[in-house]
Amino acid sequence: MGEVQKVAGKRGAAVQVKIPLAVDPGYHVNSDKPSLDYLIPLKLTWDKATMGALEGGGVVYPKATQEKYDFEEKPLSVFTGNFDLTASFKVAANAPAGPGIASGKLKYQACSNKACYPPKTVDVSIPYQVQ
Amino acid sequence: MSPVKAASELKPENERHVAPDFALKDSDGKVVHLSDYKGKVVVLDFWATWCGPCRIEIPWFTDLQRNQKDKGFEVLGVSMDDEGWEVVKPFLSEVGVNYRVVMGNDSTAQAYGGVDALPTTFLIDRDGKIAAVHVGLANKKDIVDGVEKLLQTAPKVADNRVADPASSSGAK
Repeated sequence: MGEVQKVAGKRGAAVQVKIPLAVDPGYHVNSDKPSLDYLIPLKLTWDKATMGALEGGGVVYPKATQEKYDFEEKPLSVFTGNFDLTASFKVAANAPAGPGIASGKLKYQACSNKACYPPKTVDVSIPYQVQ
Repeated sequence: MSPVKAASELKPENERHVAPDFALKDSDGKVVHLSDYKGKVVVLDFWATWCGPCRIEIPWFTDLQRNQKDKGFEVLGVSMDDEGWEVVKPFLSEVGVNYRVVMGNDSTAQAYGGVDALPTTFLIDRDGKIAAVHVGLANKKDIVDGVEKLLQTAPKVADNRVADPASSSGAK
């Protein structure tokens, strides 16, 4: 995961943040909408308790690519290489001015053309500044 | 993530290591030990329902179980699904798996070298030693040929099926 840029906004303002992700060459992760029921989707979630001054957190996922692998007859909906997730927040109306960090969880499951790796969940931290 | 290794030939007998024993539960709650399979050739398959390559191999193992069971052969599946039997049982029924499957855990995976990539398949000879390891989607012919070769060999030692790391360290 790449570095997340700090976001800044006044109370009540809408802010967006890009979360840059990178998948090593030769590997893929299932997209947010996998082609088959048994596949584990990539998903970014937020917990109100760890969002600090930010509210909301709707996530826009990039357009997935359709790739063919040895282990499935049909192409699969996947993310490969470098891509961004975009999360939208609103700065809480009663938030104190100053810095903070909102955190979420990114779950993903990666495979190569021949093997798959256990699903992982990693922390995503969004540094912010309430102006 | 680990690179996927190429499928391997059977190791020479003098280079094989004893397969670690384990005690894992099947879908009926019965504890299964690898040592229960003493004297048999075993395909030990670490897999998960979310793993596409694993789903390709499972019908091969079902065929092997059907065709070779009477010759002293067994497939033993080790599911690495975190969600447990709730997701594994329906899959086993749907696919018609005809061999025993147990629920794996981290300690068993560690005993077998970590098993980071799935599927990982061990071919175990009649003496309880690991004759081949296939990491990732294997070549079906490699698996079938390996099993047939192992079935042609009689066990050399009567009672040294497994080494139990727990007992050797005094742990229970």
